[in-house]
Amino acid sequence: MKLLEVKDLHTWFHTSKGEFRAVDGVSFDLDYGECLGLVGESGCGKTTSALSISKLLPKEGYIKSGTILVDGIDYTALDEKAILSHRWKDVSMIFQGAMNAFNPVKRVGWQIAEAIVLHEGLSQADAMERAGDLFERVGIPRARIKQYPHEFSGGMKQRAMIAMALACNAKLVIGDEPTTALDVMIQAQILELLEGLRRESNMGMILITHDLSILGETCDRIAVMYAGKIAEIGTVDDIFNNAMHPYTKRLIGCFPNINADRSIPSGIPGYPPNLINPPCGCLFCPRCDCATDSCVSECPPLIRVGEKHFVACHRTEA
Amino acid sequence: MENAKRNSRALRRTLRRRKFGMFVKQVVGNRMALAGVIIIAFFILMAVFGPMIMPFDPTINGETVESKYNSPSWEHLLGTDSLGRDVLANLMSGARVSLFVGISATLITMILGTLIGIVSGYVGGFVDNLLMRVTDFFLVLPWLPFCMVLAALFDKNSIWNIILVIGLTGWSSTARIIRSQTLSVKEQQYVERTISIGAGKWHIMFRHILPNVFPLVFSEAILIISGSILTETSLAFLGLGDPSRPSWGMMLSDASSGAMSVGAWWCYIIPGACVVLVALGFTLMGYAFDEILNPKLKTR
Repeated sequence: MKLLEVKDLHTWFHTSKGEFRAVDGVSFDLDYGECLGLVGESGCGKTTSALSISKLLPKEGYIKSGTILVDGIDYTALDEKAILSHRWKDVSMIFQGAMNAFNPVKRVGWQIAEAIVLHEGLSQADAMERAGDLFERVGIPRARIKQYPHEFSGGMKQRAMIAMALACNAKLVIGDEPTTALDVMIQAQILELLEGLRRESNMGMILITHDLSILGETCDRIAVMYAGKIAEIGTVDDIFNNAMHPYTKRLIGCFPNINADRSIPSGIPGYPPNLINPPCGCLFCPRCDCATDSCVSECPPLIRVGEKHFVACHRTEA
Repeated sequence: MENAKRNSRALRRTLRRRKFGMFVKQVVGNRMALAGVIIIAFFILMAVFGPMIMPFDPTINGETVESKYNSPSWEHLLGTDSLGRDVLANLMSGARVSLFVGISATLITMILGTLIGIVSGYVGGFVDNLLMRVTDFFLVLPWLPFCMVLAALFDKNSIWNIILVIGLTGWSSTARIIRSQTLSVKEQQYVERTISIGAGKWHIMFRHILPNVFPLVFSEAILIISGSILTETSLAFLGLGDPSRPSWGMMLSDASSGAMSVGAWWCYIIPGACVVLVALGFTLMGYAFDEILNPKLKTR
């Protein structure tokens, strides 16, 4: 049994102009202790896929179809009440702006103990004790559990956020751009910390980012998303050294290579398509160099090209 | 380890003391706040200790004609009224009634208003609509006739009924204000985070939203107190008070039937001035605390 199996997930949003297909047929899985990177440009459905897992979608969003199995339990079948007890206990999250993820008028330790009290029924004092242990695990002095969020620096808040994600020993931690708001030094520290914690407690992790360079160091596999679909998924090696999908290639081309000649990163001209009533063919073809007629008319399926390597492109064989 | 704990506790205590010290400093530095605090402190002292040191029982009538409408003298510092009762003694026990009614009614108002405001703002949808229509209903009702009708419906001889009447009619504006603040707090990311840790609605409303709207509740409460005291005075003036506990409104009501015509100014000017001063004191305090506690209004 896998830790997480997402099968043919469709998450749509009600909008005044029609149904917005934020996630449209995404399937992936994750093993215990594995780290999967979700990468892609803004609005391609990375965060929506992650939020769908523990049903934290905004009220306009809904799961149209598909199944999400976490540790064998089908989350899509759970109702609003039933999922409360699974949130954070099974699946926890590290939020993008840790700056704003803490209530400014409550002590940081209290906010971490909150999750423990809710899920494990510990007394407030015991939960605070646990919060102190967690603080030490993420490298914050224990005494600071009694402080307020404004007394923490940005990097420390992010560490506290990680401590919170670990509070109930979740099997799966989703990091939604956990390092985007931090400077490079702190970024490296945080990633190292996450990596260490993951190895220590064998938890699965999903890292969402638009920074490919982060994923290369920390992930086992990478899924590249485009316009609500997975364009390519494979091991780090598959993606970085053997990319098949033109979008992945262009995405990698957007980052300067330290070993290559000095050149300006190319970028990808154009914009992602509107996901309200998207066209039927490959959604990347308007921006693709090598698009053919079949790309315009037919949606490419995800086909296997390596042991763990799948690509959704008509031109793969060629 | 133990040392660190002790240190952090000491640090916290210092911080809290410094914070409170800052608050006191700001209150003293703000002329409005200082005036309000002094006025209210004066009346609270008067209400608490006044009746203890007064030699006269405010409810005992004078025996003779000579004891009526005595002008202020050394024996009766503020004179006597139509029944020969000492005005100062009356004023002091009246302060008890006014402050007690004002504060208790405000407590009911704030609990109701805050509860309805938070639930309405956070839950939204049908519940919000329903609660806000009820709020509108109370908001547009002419409050004084409504209070009178309610007070007359209840057994009007009890001070608790007056408190209840004032408390039940005054919560609507508070509910509106708290609701709008809740709407903005609810969009904060920490609320989203709390949802994602699996917390229920009530937990979020009372552990996260309430502490964030509380400064508003506090400054609103102080403003509401003066309104409640004025309402109590009006109701008592109209004869809907508790006759066993003379309040300022009742003194004014008594004075209007006789003292006015005999020119016994001490019977009506003094209680009237007290009502105005207390209302002014609470209003000053309310505005000043709002300025101090509300970061958006903070002057740099």
